[in-house]
Amino acid sequence: MKARRYPASNCLLALLVCLVVCHASATLCAQQSSMSAAMPEHRFTHILLDQFEGRTGVDSSELRWDGEAWHGGDTHRLWLKSEAFVHGATVSDGDHELLYDRPVSRFRYFDAQAGLRMDIDSDPTRAWFAVGVEGLAPYHFEFAPTLYLRNGGRVAGRIVSMEDLLLTQRWIVQPEAELNFYSQDDAPRAVGSGLSDLDAGIRLRYEITRKIAPYLGFAWNGRFGDAADFVRQSGQPVHQSSFVFGLFVWR
Amino acid sequence: MNGDSKKIRKQGSDLSHAQRAITRRGFVLGAVGSMAAWSSPGWSATRPSSESSATELRGQHFELTVAEHRVNFTGKQRMATAVNGSVPGPTLRWREGDLVTVAVTNRLDRPTSIHWHGIRLPAEMDGVPGLSFPGIAPGERFVYRIPVLQRGSYWYHSHSGFQEQTGLYGALVVEGSRPETMPTDREHVLLLSDWTDTNPETIFSNLKEQSGYYNYHRATVGSFVHAAREQGLHAAVEQSLMWGRMNMSPSDIADVSGATYTYLLNGQTPRSNWTGLFRPGERVRLRVINGSSMTFFDFRIPGLTLTVVQADGNDVQPVEVDEFRLAPAETYDVIVQPGEDRAYTIFAQAEDRSGFARGSLAAHPGQSAAIPPMDPRPVRTMTDMGMNMASMKSMRGMKATNDTADMQMNMEDGMSKKGEIQIDRMTARPSVSTQDSSIQPLPQPGAGIHPIALPVPKIDPAHRASAPLRLGPQVDNIADGVDARLNQAGDGLDGNGRRVLTYADLRALYPGVDPRPPQREITLHLSGNMERYIWGFDGKKFSDAHPIQLALGERVRIVLVNDTMMEHPIHLHGLWSELETGYGANNPYKHTVIVKPAERVSYLVTADTPGKWAFHCHLLYHMEAGMFRVVEVA
Repeated sequence: MKARRYPASNCLLALLVCLVVCHASATLCAQQSSMSAAMPEHRFTHILLDQFEGRTGVDSSELRWDGEAWHGGDTHRLWLKSEAFVHGATVSDGDHELLYDRPVSRFRYFDAQAGLRMDIDSDPTRAWFAVGVEGLAPYHFEFAPTLYLRNGGRVAGRIVSMEDLLLTQRWIVQPEAELNFYSQDDAPRAVGSGLSDLDAGIRLRYEITRKIAPYLGFAWNGRFGDAADFVRQSGQPVHQSSFVFGLFVWR
Repeated sequence: MNGDSKKIRKQGSDLSHAQRAITRRGFVLGAVGSMAAWSSPGWSATRPSSESSATELRGQHFELTVAEHRVNFTGKQRMATAVNGSVPGPTLRWREGDLVTVAVTNRLDRPTSIHWHGIRLPAEMDGVPGLSFPGIAPGERFVYRIPVLQRGSYWYHSHSGFQEQTGLYGALVVEGSRPETMPTDREHVLLLSDWTDTNPETIFSNLKEQSGYYNYHRATVGSFVHAAREQGLHAAVEQSLMWGRMNMSPSDIADVSGATYTYLLNGQTPRSNWTGLFRPGERVRLRVINGSSMTFFDFRIPGLTLTVVQADGNDVQPVEVDEFRLAPAETYDVIVQPGEDRAYTIFAQAEDRSGFARGSLAAHPGQSAAIPPMDPRPVRTMTDMGMNMASMKSMRGMKATNDTADMQMNMEDGMSKKGEIQIDRMTARPSVSTQDSSIQPLPQPGAGIHPIALPVPKIDPAHRASAPLRLGPQVDNIADGVDARLNQAGDGLDGNGRRVLTYADLRALYPGVDPRPPQREITLHLSGNMERYIWGFDGKKFSDAHPIQLALGERVRIVLVNDTMMEHPIHLHGLWSELETGYGANNPYKHTVIVKPAERVSYLVTADTPGKWAFHCHLLYHMEAGMFRVVEVA
């Protein structure tokens, strides 16, 4: 089976367009809210790139991004998440989500999210419904488990977790992990049932400002079970360790 | 009784619907008052000389223009929101008894407003857009007409957006129609503020994304090692886990810090050293005003004893201290008597010790004195979280019992007050309120002002009690061990070796004017979620909440319970907050009251002026994040 090829630039362009739309609507809302006098309902827009990095392993090097943007007030927010790997002209593990987000009552630090996930990259495209939570678990753990559903009763799951450990006020170590689970194999996307893949890393960043922090680190990416077989068949490594360098940036 | 209350209601609606009538009546009041002022022989004789870097305007009519203005406090040029081209705006000097008119012209490209903080006036003149008036549109000129029925040190600021943070504030001094109780040879206005080069919208947005954005004192590996050395590894681990479990930070003292703020004294940076002069031996009155948006200042002048004589514009029994904490919007008048021919440093450090405002009192221009080092940074404790040993043992059941017992004590306190004060109907009216109405705004306590007998209006007994607070997106903590802590100066001050003012030291010089016990009690919890940066009352931010209804003429006790880990200066517009410091009739009148973490504070309010009044935390970003309610008196 031949995979459709999506150049990396297209994905980046799509992301950029979404962010621009998001920002434009934010500006409009801000103008409207300043008209209502006593206490306007504030709306905010933030764009965060947790990972924007080069990874150099033994055999190959690739580019990785993992970012998100949100727009809204305290109660209703629109989220956009996007992540992918780029090696040469090939984009893999491209995952882009558009989610509605709101706080979960009775919980202090967790939001519920629901929406659409699109797997768009050089492999065949998949669309999923997404539902999950995202927030702060005790001990400052950022924790985001999400469940995905698509036609044919296929189910997928993802857990993302990370934590900031402050060495000093500006030197910060961030361990991070992302796990993906699937109910069924999806060979064209090199996805296997059960725990399919894990991406884990530890990054040391220096906050020049709160919003700009270059970092260095180490990342490990591996596939398991059938997923491991799929990549092995295509002649790619089942797992790889890499040195990472990049920029943590938000606005 | 019933008839009285009807009468009150009727007049209330007359007042609120007929602004002109109010103004006319105010004018009559003002005229009477000002004649009294002019006939007072001591007034001009005791008028002290004064120097301040801000322009001073005095009189009965004022022309103010609000416009963008280029400033440079940090080495970078920025646009500020200025009044008559200056930041702070000019110091306004009013006279008690005058009818003051202030014409404000808006030269901005967006609406503006000026609120007269602590001044009791008709609601339409209070200057809160959307509540008491429509705001001042770009290009528009609005004339405030204010019958001045009080004296003391106050200030004014914008109530529109974040204009207060960008420079729209100034000192407001109301000279009394009688000589000061404590005469002085000279006086200086000391207006403290916090300036940032960053757009306040950006600050607010940053706090929403990362509440610790401006906190550069968070717990680190280094601070953990330090704690382990000091208290032992076990204690350090336990502390760290305890805060971690709640996702809170003991270093959470100030939301916005010296990381972005430059602290100003009379619009001068610490480096430019604002200097006020004195002649050795003179008694100097300092009108200290905190016009900052977010900063609690700990104020002292090393080498000088501060005699506190006024709090929030109201005279108090003189108290000698070395230092006092001043929340945003609070004012204190202190008298100092510098004896030596030298300079003394005016030192006001931010509560989180991330910076300070500084100036000098000097015998000659150019003199300066050493700047003291800042004190150790305070940290929040489990007490601030409202976790005391008692509550740990028996949890909520115990808390409920305590609450009830305290309330009963409060009520008894109120009752005994009634006995102490003699109500004299014949001499009850002060000279200014010669009108027939029994629901004129009550006068400020002062020499020759007697308690006034007011009818007890009938109020709806079915007051909606607020639902119990629950943890959730708007509530990250419920304090179990709440306590009255009026005899504590606050985090970072208690036990510092200096005499520091506490609210328990504030005893009004003159008895209050309304001797009635409160008819009812309204308890409000100060709540919030630091991580989400949402603040509110009773677990609800402004947009989710209803106004608080008060009957015109009623006397009510407001009980504030702080469930959050931060101090909140709570400001009620238009009406006095008679802080229950335990002195009965001599409880001090305030307009802004600090509620410390896990503290319960109560004050009495006489709802003598109709209208919609703002009631909010005076930390600007807390207010914008929802810690705001409307109190409607009708």
